[in-house]
Amino acid sequence: MKRLLYSLVMVSVILCTAESFAADTIKLGVPGAHSGDLASYGLPSANAAQLVVDAINAKGGILGKKVVVLKEDDQCKPEVAANVAAKLVSDKADVVLGHICSGATKAALNTYNESKIVTLSPSATNVELTKSGDYPNFFRTISPDDAQALLQVNFALDKLKVRRVAIIHDKGDYGKGIAEFAKGFFEKRGVKPVLFEGITPGAVDYSAIVQKIKFSKADAVVYGGYHPEAAKIVAGMKKKKMKTHFISDDGVRDDTFIKVADKFAEGVYATGPIDTTKSPMAVAAIEQHKKRYGTEPGAFYLNAYAGALCLLQAVEKAGSTDFAKVSKALRTNWFETPLGKISFDRNGDAKGIGFAMYQVRNGKYVEVGR
Amino acid sequence: MEYFLELFFGGLTRGSIYALIALGYTMVYGIIELINFAHGEIYMIGAFTALIAASALAMLGMDGWSLLALSGVIAIIYSAAYGFTIEKIAYKPLRKAQRLSPLISAIGMSIFLQNYVLLAQTSDFLSFPALIDEFSFMENVTIIGSAELVIIITTAVATAILTLFIKFTRMGRAMRAVAQDKTMAMLLGVNVNRVISATFIIGSALAAVGGVLISSQIGQINFYIGFIAGIKAFTAAVLGGIGSIPGAVLGGLVLGWTESFATGYISSDYEDVFAFGLLVFILIFRPAGILGKASSEKV
Repeated sequence: MKRLLYSLVMVSVILCTAESFAADTIKLGVPGAHSGDLASYGLPSANAAQLVVDAINAKGGILGKKVVVLKEDDQCKPEVAANVAAKLVSDKADVVLGHICSGATKAALNTYNESKIVTLSPSATNVELTKSGDYPNFFRTISPDDAQALLQVNFALDKLKVRRVAIIHDKGDYGKGIAEFAKGFFEKRGVKPVLFEGITPGAVDYSAIVQKIKFSKADAVVYGGYHPEAAKIVAGMKKKKMKTHFISDDGVRDDTFIKVADKFAEGVYATGPIDTTKSPMAVAAIEQHKKRYGTEPGAFYLNAYAGALCLLQAVEKAGSTDFAKVSKALRTNWFETPLGKISFDRNGDAKGIGFAMYQVRNGKYVEVGR
Repeated sequence: MEYFLELFFGGLTRGSIYALIALGYTMVYGIIELINFAHGEIYMIGAFTALIAASALAMLGMDGWSLLALSGVIAIIYSAAYGFTIEKIAYKPLRKAQRLSPLISAIGMSIFLQNYVLLAQTSDFLSFPALIDEFSFMENVTIIGSAELVIIITTAVATAILTLFIKFTRMGRAMRAVAQDKTMAMLLGVNVNRVISATFIIGSALAAVGGVLISSQIGQINFYIGFIAGIKAFTAAVLGGIGSIPGAVLGGLVLGWTESFATGYISSDYEDVFAFGLLVFILIFRPAGILGKASSEKV
């Protein structure tokens, strides 16, 4: 099956390249992992691009031109990605939907940047790609890695008016990563955390760290990690009758947390992804994939679908494929996509997607802010 | 000062749980020189049994102390049965084998029991009801909670009873005899099989008590809790001197306090570093543990 898929992709690559020599087309480059271990991350995006392009072509294309897809396989490897980028540039791609992995994206971005090609990734979450400001041509339809931490910090400072904050994490990549971003954002806003500590997941109890939080007189705890430890800490805090806010991440925004922590879960805040898979456009996009390819779409499908729509609509609104005009169109317009209504900020990060803050109220997570 | 006391009692509570489990390790080691790696799993099974029993009894309308007591007793009986059976199945046939064989058998038993609970129950974390009620006279006490108080007192009482049992009863004397010299005790008419079974039953019962109490305090369990608690309790047993009953209790408390104070005054990042660093430090100066003797008298 994998072989078949692979050869299908190869055939389509050859077909597309052949077609791309025809004059008067708009060329959408779609580089990503289409083979190898990470193919399951890249193929859904390629499918999404094809479906969007076919739909647009069926309505007569954009600016009177047909759109063609140039698929290129980078296997998520940075060195391959750089070659793929050079190839897309020489094939005169007008806009690029890719790459898939952060490392590959970073390796390829300079090439596109030098040739002034707008590049939009559906899946690269590395913070530096947008925040460094090195790549003015880069956009993405996925939240960067620090998005949750940023939301937690803004929520704590603006909505909860917290002044003293303790940051606890579980020493894992995920939890510690979020905790460190949160620490950075707090410090940027002039709040120095009174505690920044890792705990051992699965320990017999957490009474010592709870006492430490209590003693630190923090108004809020930001916890980076998963629900089992969060439940123990929250229960310990409530048993000590502490009124400290507890803010965590999408490792805790899980119904299991409420089930396990039971009555102690009440009032806990946690960030979690905004669920858009039920929106009519998303349902339609998923339906299209099932009809054409016979399977459920995989990872980043909706992000890529939204990305392709944004890119091509931006070209249409700009009236040309000129770099400056297209990137301005991406930043100034709002686009209807399966991810909701989105636009892009100065850095190229999407506005309107990503995470929301939820709070446990009466045993359910309720959205309380974005 | 209040902070110090809170950490002190927090460490004491945690140490008590370690001690209850460590007693099982140390008794078994004292009698048959086996490190019973499945002991942590007995603790976990005790907690699961109590959860199931408590849910069923609560449905029948029971609550408060009677609920805790009855589900605790059910957990103790069930865990003791497990301890007894494990010895008969996994260790007794290997009693004459070389020393490594029962050890591997113990590790196998531990993995088996973990997976058995994983498949028969669930891989999810389960909420454990707070079976220990809040005392009304503890309302204004902040340095220690009711559940912690119950855990500490229960451990003290259990240790006292165990010590008296070993000192003054027939079975206790037989245990000491078997610990000193199995063959000689057998020649003098001690039923060694019964003594070993009794050791496993008592150790398992104590582990179940620990499992029920700490789960009720923490509020959640899953199939994996026995592993970490088992490692810590084993450390406590070695720290105090494996084979020695007061040593297991002392080792548990020292370990609990070390962890609590290390977290409180230094950083929780290094909780385990301090706990195991202390172990290494003590073993350098006292290779047999704090109260361990290099002699053959172990129980």
